[in-house]
Amino acid sequence: MRYEAPSSSKEAAKLLASAKGKAVVLAGGTDLLVRMKSGAVEPDLIVDIKRIGATQEIKKSGNGFKIGAGVSGARLGKHRALKKAWPGVVEATNLIGSDQIQGRCTMAGNLCNASPAADSVPAMVAANAKANVVGPGGRRTVAVEKIPTGPGKTSLKKGEIIESITLPAKAPRSGDAYLRFIPRTEMDIAVVSAGVNLTLDSKGVVKKARVALGAVAPTVLLVEDAAKAIVGTKLDDDALAALAAACEAACRPIDDMRGTIEFRTEVAGVLARRAALTAYERAGGKK
Amino acid sequence: MAEQSYTEQEFKVVGSRVRRPDGVDKVTGRARYGADAFAPGQLVGRILRSPHAHAKIKKIDISRAEKMKGVKAVITCDDLPDLTGGRGPNFDILVNCMARGTALYHGHAVAAVAAVDEPTARKALKAIKVEYKALPHVTDVDAAMAEDAPIVQPGVEHDGKPSNIVNVSQFGHGDVDAGFAEADVIIEKSYRTEQTHQGYIEPHACLASVGPDGDGELWVTTQGHFTFRNVCAQLLGMDIAKLKVTSSEIGGGFGGKTHVWMEPVALALSRKANRPVKLVMGRDEVFMGSGPTCSTSMDVKIGAKRDGTITAGQATLRYQDGPFPGPWGMLGAMTSWACYDLPNVQAVAYDVLVNRPKVAAYRAPSAPMAAFAVESTMDLVAAEIGMDPVDFRLQNVAKEGSKAAYGPTYGPIGIEATLRAVKNHPHMKAKLGKNQGRGMACGFWFNFGGQTCTDLNIGVDGTVNLTMGTVDVGGARASMSLIAAEELGIPYEKVKCNVGDTSSLGHNDTTEGSRGTFSSGMATIFAARAAIDVLKARAALMWEIDVDDIEWKDGAAHAKGIEHSNLAPLTLAEIAKKSPQTGGPIAGHNEVVADGAGVSFASHICDVEVDPETGKTKILRYTVVQDAGKAIHPDYVEGQFQGAAAQGIGWALNEEYVYGEDGRLQNPSFLDYRIPVCSDLPFIDTEILEIPNPNHPYGIRGVGETSIVPPLAAIAGAVSNAVGVRLDHTPMSPPRVLKAIREANGR
Ligand SMILES: Cc1cc2nc3c(=O)[nH]c(=O)nc-3n(C[C@H](O)[C@H](O)[C@H](O)COP(=O)(O)OP(=O)(O)OC[C@H]3O[C@@H](n4cnc5c(N)ncnc54)[C@H](O)[C@@H]3O)c2cc1C
Repeated sequence: MRYEAPSSSKEAAKLLASAKGKAVVLAGGTDLLVRMKSGAVEPDLIVDIKRIGATQEIKKSGNGFKIGAGVSGARLGKHRALKKAWPGVVEATNLIGSDQIQGRCTMAGNLCNASPAADSVPAMVAANAKANVVGPGGRRTVAVEKIPTGPGKTSLKKGEIIESITLPAKAPRSGDAYLRFIPRTEMDIAVVSAGVNLTLDSKGVVKKARVALGAVAPTVLLVEDAAKAIVGTKLDDDALAALAAACEAACRPIDDMRGTIEFRTEVAGVLARRAALTAYERAGGKK
Repeated sequence: MAEQSYTEQEFKVVGSRVRRPDGVDKVTGRARYGADAFAPGQLVGRILRSPHAHAKIKKIDISRAEKMKGVKAVITCDDLPDLTGGRGPNFDILVNCMARGTALYHGHAVAAVAAVDEPTARKALKAIKVEYKALPHVTDVDAAMAEDAPIVQPGVEHDGKPSNIVNVSQFGHGDVDAGFAEADVIIEKSYRTEQTHQGYIEPHACLASVGPDGDGELWVTTQGHFTFRNVCAQLLGMDIAKLKVTSSEIGGGFGGKTHVWMEPVALALSRKANRPVKLVMGRDEVFMGSGPTCSTSMDVKIGAKRDGTITAGQATLRYQDGPFPGPWGMLGAMTSWACYDLPNVQAVAYDVLVNRPKVAAYRAPSAPMAAFAVESTMDLVAAEIGMDPVDFRLQNVAKEGSKAAYGPTYGPIGIEATLRAVKNHPHMKAKLGKNQGRGMACGFWFNFGGQTCTDLNIGVDGTVNLTMGTVDVGGARASMSLIAAEELGIPYEKVKCNVGDTSSLGHNDTTEGSRGTFSSGMATIFAARAAIDVLKARAALMWEIDVDDIEWKDGAAHAKGIEHSNLAPLTLAEIAKKSPQTGGPIAGHNEVVADGAGVSFASHICDVEVDPETGKTKILRYTVVQDAGKAIHPDYVEGQFQGAAAQGIGWALNEEYVYGEDGRLQNPSFLDYRIPVCSDLPFIDTEILEIPNPNHPYGIRGVGETSIVPPLAAIAGAVSNAVGVRLDHTPMSPPRVLKAIREANGR
């Protein structure tokens, strides 16, 4: 097994593209190392991206925030401006694991691990985040919801890495929130989750909405019908019921040891409602 | 034995909260657990396990693995020939540690390797080719009792037919039919509990070394190294005296480390490789290849008069034991009604074989499930007749002189006192908010004594080495040091207690049945008293007076009578200092079968809040009241109460073995087998009652197990009161609770 830690994304892409056998990207390693230890993956080449300068930065610009693919959850949680603009995304990422895991885990790793239950992903999808991809063929920008294609699978091509993730600039009177259901209080995997991002008009009416659900389908779902159910409302009870119903209708979960189909479906609606209310309040809406 | 009986006394150090002797080592990482032993030339052992729930093993081809570079031994059951005569508990251990022709459950060991390093060992496992023929399997206890169920162990018969029912036990007295005929109210209900694991943080681990002369050593994390020695020696064909077993520090056992799982495999690998072999289970192996407790299915029926008098109680209990018979159903039946004084009572238990791991003891084994069913039904009866659940229990409570349903007539016992303490506890009167509920329940455990052997040696500086043979799983070294200090009359800090290896003491039974402090405490008292006899004899020599003129008090020999009033007391240290000249080392020894363990009772109170939209339960407040007999070290006693309650909470709310249709265990990891994390629990309040056990000099009863018995029922009561629906199936996981709410609302 070979280990490389290149200093540029281009170099990383080259190493990955020309590798023979199984080549993997290493960010925080909180998924990868666990899988290696259990024998689920046995890579021939590991490309550590943390020495690449661009993966370590959080850059604020008029277009929003560019968050390097090597930035840990703990660093994200300490970034005041980011927390203020995207509290839902930051909280979602900070839910990952424990203090120890937070010191290493990354949003990009969470995304590329492609678990339908990944905590930061519904929040990123609701936030309309974009992944900045570097590969042998150059750069491209992809909506985060387009990265995972199924459990453990991504649309990244051989040699491609995510260098950073861009969160858009925060719109006035907007707010986001993320909630997950776990049977315990921490150190658990989402049984179902919901991320909501709302923009209000000056009267407190929802103008734009993005609603994403986790762990109810092979990939995180962006539920447009759920957004439609609340646009033009002030999240009155009927709107919230319609939101929940739209979420339930969108669910295509599995029955497994973590939860039943009916449980996931019902709780998806509950969480979407609760997250919407928090997002509404964060956007300055009064109830 | 007269000296064994309780005498009331003023304690000097017993009952104080002294600093634990193992604390510094444990927080600095110096403590050595099962996986912390190293030997020159040691190999890494690994076990190949069955992917099938039930399968014939047609062929195992180890030839490719054996030829691999770095592989030093590959074994199958052929390397562990049967020396047990093909039957009995040790035969079951042999079959369980390495499958013989049939894989009986998902995770059953079928072969093992020893190699120079971990990657080589893993590769070698992959190179072993096993040909299986899948057999029909059964993992559910009720399904296993059905007419046409797949048979787990050929040869087992019930009613003259092949069956999975291996044991039927029955306890009780009176006439239950007559009792039910007298009742104004009868409640009958069925319950289920899913299988749970002890969840100790330290996985099974050992270092085995067998030399070319056939003598061996085993370093192992265990609750009973003497038992491990006897079992392993028999299975390997060794002389007991030639296998030295050392118990490591133990990172939790709760019954799961009373049992031999993989140690014979490690010894057989070492014997074949002629090198030391270290074998450490992964967490998945701990779940699949060690011994969880039973899942159950139970029916309970209680009849009572309107005034609250129970006229009859009847329980039918079905416990699954995995593929080997155990005493588990029997223990469930024995404990089920133990809290109450009933005129007509019956408990019938079935032990049933299934294709799951071999069941082992788990803290008060079998009692929590039976208590869940009985105590839940007690609540229902109390509600039906409109009586407060505590008053209802008090009205029927067992007392001194009551005949227990499992046979004996009780001596002084604490159940009534715990109930009164619960009734008067401020927790019972605290206000509840929306979606909140309160429950309470009682629990019983026998406790156990057994064979014990202890040595006490006094150094020339007056410090004391106490060597005990019961593994310290819950603070025994601190308690034994306190007891030795109390008897000798010296400060606690002057005593250093160690757990001796199997070559240094006579046989000690395993630390189980809450026996450690009871039995080693007794042996320590007697060993100290024997040492005091020697100290007095030495003082007599030093003073040149008759030993009968000497008494021992406050850590010194005192000469009695006016004729000796010129003699200043000789302290233990002074006598010890002179010991080389007065006859050599001073020691006390004791071996005893500690009879008369005192039964123990607890009553718990629990408040919960349930999210009605998600079914998630939060434990808001929890109170444990338990009779300890005598709390030698109250911190540790409280720790046992809290730990037992915490495990009960996990069992009640989220822990369960989940099997697929294919009979495979789906969740052998701490991610999906959910024990509580710290933030899931409130601080658990405790109240220690001390009702002395008449059969122990200090009044000690066991304390470690009883408090895992009430939580399932106490929490079920609380959740049911919060949501308005009776929960009858543990764990009361959010999907189950939400479903119950939904069904109650007709949705
Ligand atoms: C104890 C524990 C608790 C956990 N709790 C949670 C939880 O609560 N919620 C949750 O969602 N997850 C949880 N996880 C999973 C994991 O921590 C997260 O998915 C984390 O975000 C992964 O980030 P990482 O940087 O460590 O990824 P890595 O392990 O480094 O990588 C994960 C995968 O993504 C690929 N990858 C990583 N970065 C890139 C990149 N820039 N470009 C292309 N591919 C890349 C890797 O090759 C690998 O396949 C937990 C893990 C552990 C061990």
